[in-house]
Formats: sequence, C-alpha cells, structure tokens
Amino acid sequence: MKLTLRVWRQKNPDTPGAMAVYELDGVSEDMSFLEMLDILNEELIVKGEEPVAFDHDCREGICGACSLVINGAAHGPERTTTCQLHMRSFQDGDTIDIEPWRASAFPVIKDLVVDRSAFDRVIQAGGYITAPTGAAPEAHATPVPKADAEFAFEHAECIGCGACVAACPNGAAMLFTSAKVNHLNVLPQGSPERETRVLDMVAQMDAEGFGGCTLAGECATACPKGIPLFSITAMNKEWLRATRKVKR
Amino acid sequence: MALTFWHSTLGKKIVMGTTGLIMIGYLCAHLLGNMKIFFGPGEFNAYGHWLRVMGAPVLHHEWGLWIARLVLLAAVVLHAVSAYQLSRRDIKARPQKYVHTKPRMSYATRTMRWGGVILGLFIVWHILDLTTGTTHSGGFQEGHPYQNVVDTFSTWYGNAIYIVAMLAMGMHVRHGFWSAAQTLGAGNRTRDRGLKAIANALAIVLTAGFISIPVGVMTGVVS
Repeated sequence: MKLTLRVWRQKNPDTPGAMAVYELDGVSEDMSFLEMLDILNEELIVKGEEPVAFDHDCREGICGACSLVINGAAHGPERTTTCQLHMRSFQDGDTIDIEPWRASAFPVIKDLVVDRSAFDRVIQAGGYITAPTGAAPEAHATPVPKADAEFAFEHAECIGCGACVAACPNGAAMLFTSAKVNHLNVLPQGSPERETRVLDMVAQMDAEGFGGCTLAGECATACPKGIPLFSITAMNKEWLRATRKVKR
Repeated sequence: MALTFWHSTLGKKIVMGTTGLIMIGYLCAHLLGNMKIFFGPGEFNAYGHWLRVMGAPVLHHEWGLWIARLVLLAAVVLHAVSAYQLSRRDIKARPQKYVHTKPRMSYATRTMRWGGVILGLFIVWHILDLTTGTTHSGGFQEGHPYQNVVDTFSTWYGNAIYIVAMLAMGMHVRHGFWSAAQTLGAGNRTRDRGLKAIANALAIVLTAGFISIPVGVMTGVVS
C-alpha cells in the first residue's frame, strides 16, 4: 500500500504545531496502525529527521496508552484502540490525517503525545476503595448480585485512554469519570465511599478544565471498550443522590 | 449545598434539565389553550379572560397569571444563564479544532445553542406582539386576543418569524427532552426507546400544533 500521511508535528508545548505531509510506500495491510508509524519513523531516522512522537505501550488494546485521532475519529475508523487498528481498514492511495487528542485538559507535549495526567488526578480524587489490601480475598467472601457484577464489569472495562474526551465536542471527561464511578459505586467494596467518590471525582473533573456534557453521544461512539452513554446517566443519578445525602 | 450544585457542571445541567421540563410542560398547556382558536372568537376570548381570573376565588384578579409568569421567567433565566456559562466552559475546554472534521451529531444536537438563542429572541418578540401589543401590526386590542392573533398572522413576517421559531422549538425539544431525562438520571437501556419516542412525539405535536394556527389564518379557517 502507498499512503499519504498528514501528521501533526509540534516541537514542544510552547511552539505552535502544524500538519506535515509524508509519503509512505510499502505498507502491508496486515500491519497495525502503530507498526505503520514505526516504518515512517525508521524512514525519518534514516533521512536524519526527527521521528514522530506518539504514545504506545502494550499494543494489545488493554493498556490505554495509545491515542491518535485518525481522519477525525478517535482511534480511527474501527471500534478498537489504535494499536489494534490494522491497515486493511484503509485503501491503497489513501490520505490519512493523524492528530493528537484535542482538549485544553490534555495539553500537547510533543507531536501526537498529550499529557493525560488530568485523568490520574480524577482517579486520585476517589477512584479507589479504602478496604485493607493484602492477599487476594476468597472470591465468595463478599457476595455480589449477578446484575451488579455485570454492571461493574461493563464499566471496569474502561482503560482510561481518553478517546471520550478527544471525541467530545466539549472536551468533557464525563464518560471516563462515569465509568470509574459506576464500576466502584455498585460493588459492596466501594459502598463506604459511594457518595464522596462521585462528588469528589466530579469536582476534580470540573477543576481540570474538562467541558460539560451535552449528550452528543460522540464519546460512547468513540470508546474502544464500548462504555455505554447510559453510564453518564447513571453517574448523574449517583451525583444527585449524593448531593442529597452529604451535607457540604 | 445550593452552591455545590450551581458550581458543578452536573448541577448546572440539572438546573437546565429541570427548567427545560417546566417549559415543556408550559408549552403543552399553552398549545391546548391555543387550540380554542379553532372554535371561534367567543370561546378563545373567553379562555383569554379566564387566564386572568384563574384560581379565583382563592387568587386575586391576575394573580394566577402572574405566578405562572414569574415561574416561567425564573425558568427561562436559569435555563439561559446555565446554558451560557456551560457553553463558555465547553468552548474553552476544546480550544483547538481538528483539521479533519466530520459532523456526526444529529442536526437537533448541533443546533441546541443557536436554536436556544433564536427561541429567546422569539419569546421577546412574541410577548411584545401579543401580550403588550408594542410591536403589534395594526391596532392591538386589549381583551380581544382572537383578533390580535389574526392580525399578526395576516402579515408575511409574522408568519415567517413564528414558523421558523416553532421549527427551532421542535428541534430543541427533541434533543432537550431526551437530554433532560439523562441529566436527571432517568434514562437507561430499557427505557431509551420509550424516552426517544416521547421526545419525538412531543417535538412533532408541539411544532405541528403551534404551526397550525398561522396556517389556519392563512387558509381562512381562522379569520
């Protein structure tokens, strides 16, 4: 395959960036999108140019490190992570636009790499349980109703990649925050902090400068893990409940 | 507590949802009342008079009307202020646009902000036209709402402003009702089809119902 790549290049957070055009030949349709970028970078290194910086880690679709807005869609045209997107999803001769996640809470560090530590701070605000840690407890020590377990698992699938923020027209982190809140709030292990968790995580989400929800639904469409839009509805319900229960 | 609510994006959205539902409730009542125009000037003018004695003998003359007006004014102001503040925040949260863009949201979703502005301007015109009579075309007659409505819809611009605004209202209600349900935590997978159906039904019935009035005047059914 022969491709024309238009890639966002930005030297550092303080320098304005721009789209750079690269022609890339000899791309196999069995390559992953990141392997295609590896080939591009090898060519750039041989030519003595700066390689394109992009985030990646496990390349198995489970760590949440890879990002990239490909042709205007977070993680590209397939419902998966960029590392699990393959070049067979594109045609020979295609022009592909590659941009970083865009949100004021996710500033660009270099090229396609953005700073997602705002997510870490949202987690620190309440995305944990205060149960004693140690050896894994016996699985049946705390019974969990089947429906609750399914609900928790569905939301626990969130890998914190930030595609929801990138896709949202308002740069909102509602789907990420709701996935984390719902995952823990439905379980008995998470119930002692049920109210403070949702209040604190939402307050931190606001403090990080993420936008608000307009129910556009772009986040759930982009989510590689299929976190449903109703996750946000469930968090709204938890938040309303918590404001009634907790006096602040 | 109230401040926690107002300072949170979720709280402001809940204010928007609640006030939006109040306004949808008002629109339904307003439409039902307005339908009396198809039963002649006697019935319509009597309805207009009843609005002033609504709640009697408990309420003094026009008190019921003024209570309704104050509730609606509060709803409109809270709705608009929340929308303005949230929109400012949303635009700030996404300062740089993507080079490669494709509109994927529904038309109703994309036009919520400007549609809302259009509706705000329409409400001002509508009150100046048919409540105070300030901008009314040709002799506004206090206590003769039937004739006033006919006068307004006998002008091309009266019809144009009204019909455009009602189409915008339909769009706004379509996304707004469903969104309010999500914001207030009432939505889920099993209810979603029902909620979307109610939103679409509300949008269609309200839009078609209100537009039937200028169409009635234009076709001579109401004259």
